[in-house]
Amino acid sequence: MRDAGWYVVLSAISLVVLYPVWMTIVRAVSEPFVYIQRRQPMWPVAIDWGVFRTAWADGAMGRAMWITLVVTAIITIAQLVTSVLAAYAFAYLRFPLKNTLFVLLIATLLLPIEVTLVANIRTIRELGWLDSLQGLSAPFLASAFGIFLIRQGFLGIPSELRDAARLDGFGHLAFLRKVAIPVNRPLIGSFVLITALSAWNNYLWPRAAVTEQRWETIQVALRSISSQRPERFNVGIAAAIIASLPILALLVVFQKQIIRGLTAGAVKG
Amino acid sequence: MSASPSARPDAVGDVSASIPHRRPALREALIGYSMLAPAVAVLAVFAYYPLYRLVHYALYRPNRFGTGEVYVGASNIGKVLTSDEFLDGLWISVRYMLYTVPTGLVIGLALALAAHRRLRGIKVFQAIFSSTVATSVAVAAVVFFGLVNPKIGKFGDISFISLAHADSALRGVALTSIWQNVGLTFVIVLAGLQAVPDAVLEAARIDGFGPMRRLFRVTLPLIAPTLLFLVVILMIFGFQAFAPMEILTNGGPARATETLVYKIFNRRSPALISEGSVMALGLFGLTFIVTLLQLTILNRRVHYGE
Repeated sequence: MRDAGWYVVLSAISLVVLYPVWMTIVRAVSEPFVYIQRRQPMWPVAIDWGVFRTAWADGAMGRAMWITLVVTAIITIAQLVTSVLAAYAFAYLRFPLKNTLFVLLIATLLLPIEVTLVANIRTIRELGWLDSLQGLSAPFLASAFGIFLIRQGFLGIPSELRDAARLDGFGHLAFLRKVAIPVNRPLIGSFVLITALSAWNNYLWPRAAVTEQRWETIQVALRSISSQRPERFNVGIAAAIIASLPILALLVVFQKQIIRGLTAGAVKG
Repeated sequence: MSASPSARPDAVGDVSASIPHRRPALREALIGYSMLAPAVAVLAVFAYYPLYRLVHYALYRPNRFGTGEVYVGASNIGKVLTSDEFLDGLWISVRYMLYTVPTGLVIGLALALAAHRRLRGIKVFQAIFSSTVATSVAVAAVVFFGLVNPKIGKFGDISFISLAHADSALRGVALTSIWQNVGLTFVIVLAGLQAVPDAVLEAARIDGFGPMRRLFRVTLPLIAPTLLFLVVILMIFGFQAFAPMEILTNGGPARATETLVYKIFNRRSPALISEGSVMALGLFGLTFIVTLLQLTILNRRVHYGE
């Protein structure tokens, strides 16, 4: 009986959370004029599935998706490499100025892209990198968060394991490749997913680093597609749905890892 | 240190004794620096160099012909930081935080408390509650464009959240962030709840604590660090928000939704970069305070776990 009560509560909350999603689908597939004439019902009217094809073709979404995918891949791979290397150095090697360098790198958390935007855009412009893949990805090729997170993982490796590897004649690179990374695969996997997610969803930087429509990432393209006249609004909404599908697929497959990454730092572990 | 007294680096005749001590340290340092080099290079160019440039632009302004720079001095910084533009932007950003942070906290807590229980099919509800992490800010903004736009939105004429009026527009925009944050706040609080040992709650129950007392005297104090972390994250999200304003209102009406980041974004052209840089430094100050808070919490949690 108490269970039934909870099912009612949980279902009610689910309906509220999903309501915007449902209304978005309804709007996308409904003919805009008929929909407004009928006073915006809860269900679709004058359904037209072709809107997805229109959105894909009109907004040049294919190209935008492709650019976003490439930029996401560049950023994710680069952050993985730069973070793992730096994290390893901070966790296992001794060298002068180590603590100073660590503090300086972590302190870049205080300099998010919102703060550095105007200056970085200037730099990118001077390099001639506006409207280019390198311009879209350059500021995100390393991350203080990644270094910090992966260093924590490396520090968690028991010292017996390190000593055993050393006795086996493992050099630093061998230890990194055969022990440190494999042992921390879950953590690194979560980090990769979170990085990819935020690279794909990035808005402010690509908005500023792109001046020609053909270099727009998918998130920025959504703005141009959706700011059309009301009678074409269904197309913009359909575009937003298409743009979410890759991330949705990622979430379905890697739900556990993504959630672990999102909650890293919130609770110990 | 581990070096033996005889291991003088320049002792030529002492090669066999010095190599095992000195060479590994140098080698280790070289390996260390080369491993750090890529990250250091990126962050130097795109985090520290811009900081230097911001200070430079704040102090200098291009001359009328664009051929050189004029020193405008620290008074320029003071002038911008006390200008109505900056203070308006700051106030709008703060209000945006006030709309999104407490609601985000309450929603995250309520949903996590509701879904943290043994129940058949609970995973389905947990998946639904966390589903908005799959949306980007831009997608969320388009979704709410369809709901609250004054012309075509189903809720476009509710005056409390109307985008058509300066005094309510920011609330309408904030709905975007509130909804988009639901998934993240939920998974964070849920993870916190799952880390509370069952034995503690069981002990409290045996001691005669009712459900309310268990919640307020046991559960909430135990997940307090998680909630604090959540508040910090939501604050950062709140004052960094940009896409919702740009897509829903373009900063309007009457610039009522121009947050600090929005104003900075619109001052990235060479002609306005001086003002934009001062504003960015102001935002840096704000980020500084909030991020230090975040690091303190993060650090405490990490040490706690060791």
